[in-house]
Amino acid sequence: MRIGIMHQLRRYASLYGALCRISLVQEMMFKVNFSLWILVETLWFALQLAFMGVLYEHTDQIAGWTKWEVIALSGASQFLMQLVSITVMTNLTNLSELIRTGKLDFFLLLPVNTRFLISTRKFEAGNVFNALLGLAVLGYALSRLGVTPSVLQMAGFALLCAAGLVIHYSLMFLLAIIAFWTVRAQGIVWGYYNLFNIARLPDGAIPRGVFKAVFTFVLPMLLVSNVPVKLLTDRLHSPGEGVVLLLLALVCLAVSEWVWRRAMRQYTSASS
Amino acid sequence: MAKYLHVLSIGIQNTLVYRVNFLFRAVFGLVPLMGTLFVWQAIYAGKGPDAMVGAYTLQAMVSYYLVVTFVDALTAVAEDDWQIAADIKDGAISQFLLKPMDYLTYRLCLYLSGRTIYTAVALVPVALFAVYLREYFLLPADALTTVLFSLSLVLAALLQFFLAYTMALLAFWVLDVSTFIFIQFAFEYICSGHLFPLDILPPALSRALQCTPYPYLCYFPAAVYLGRVSGEALVQGLFIQAAWVAGAFALARWVWSRGIRRYSAAGG
Repeated sequence: MRIGIMHQLRRYASLYGALCRISLVQEMMFKVNFSLWILVETLWFALQLAFMGVLYEHTDQIAGWTKWEVIALSGASQFLMQLVSITVMTNLTNLSELIRTGKLDFFLLLPVNTRFLISTRKFEAGNVFNALLGLAVLGYALSRLGVTPSVLQMAGFALLCAAGLVIHYSLMFLLAIIAFWTVRAQGIVWGYYNLFNIARLPDGAIPRGVFKAVFTFVLPMLLVSNVPVKLLTDRLHSPGEGVVLLLLALVCLAVSEWVWRRAMRQYTSASS
Repeated sequence: MAKYLHVLSIGIQNTLVYRVNFLFRAVFGLVPLMGTLFVWQAIYAGKGPDAMVGAYTLQAMVSYYLVVTFVDALTAVAEDDWQIAADIKDGAISQFLLKPMDYLTYRLCLYLSGRTIYTAVALVPVALFAVYLREYFLLPADALTTVLFSLSLVLAALLQFFLAYTMALLAFWVLDVSTFIFIQFAFEYICSGHLFPLDILPPALSRALQCTPYPYLCYFPAAVYLGRVSGEALVQGLFIQAAWVAGAFALARWVWSRGIRRYSAAGG
């Protein structure tokens, strides 16, 4: 049995490797375009940082967060968003097109887990640069704060980022498979992109209320970047928030899998 | 003229199909805006009562963002630039070279009908939002301000359209215009005052930006609405805005005439 699981893991790892290679080869056919997209992402990140810079021209702290703490938060949230872009973003945006045109049938016939394939088939190599840029900004901000995270903190950061990635992925996947019922869902997935914007805000700035409750427990945008950064900067006084983040990752994943199975059961191709 | 009215009505019918999409866009668009407003509230709260940022009280700041949202709903280009680029790539513009119909006017009609429907749909969530923030929401000071604001809004919409149109015409030369559009949009987003009012920047930077067309897309109409610019400066601003519109129109015409020379009607 154990050998079976190891075998499966190795099979999917090599499959993912092949998908990455194909995507890279495709990207490299348009090198100028490839570099321009990196520039676009960098520019938008710079713009966010410039906004924070302007805010801190007029104040020393926002809800107890200093300038470099907020920049660390921007870096971490950029890193997480780019991880989503690298792995699943494009694929999920295209899902409604697959359903509308009936091309999904092709993926259903392959001897591979369909959800795995439609979520990962395009690997956006260009965003790797921007993910590293986000990490670099985070690192620089930490050094300006005079913080040197311990190995344990870094491991915790990696774990919480993984949980954040799972949350972003599951929620986007849920929104994308609405297309099984409504046909057009690109606008909905695009709308999710807006939510990344509030992930880089310090959570303390948001007053208690419906807005905060929704974006903490239903769409946990205010946790995904805030909690990992708080862990690194010693602002996390109890493990509570970290535990909530990890639990929410599991819940989101389970819900998305449940809805996916229901969607598959009622799927009647569009092609024939 | 009648034929363009016809285009206008077809445009309205076509965009009505996307009303749910528009509603999603408007509602999701409000989420980051709320986030920004919360951050400003936290900043003002940290500075104590009667705090000012630049020349803005908290109330003035919040109403600035509300007016910007309104200006944006009325003037932003949604799909127009992508569609123009696609028309060029697919060869769909060939028919306009044969018909007695001007492509720029045709697109302008479609843009206007798209904005009409978007504004009608977005009005519901934006109005609810304004009611939620009613203590911050200011109406224009008097009738004259309203008229001048409307005038600068129309000019802003035209400027926005001509700029987007010209960017989309790059499709004559490059395979994929989306990167260029996004790069332009990034500059526009920060330099036009979408992200924050431009006069909270250091004076030198703020003055430098005034030399570009960007403030006239968003910041200037909002400043007129809020009465932050008046008298001679207002009249001068309107003239500069009109000059940018004329300039952008001339540029759009020029780029089109250059582009047509290169055009090979791929796919006919």
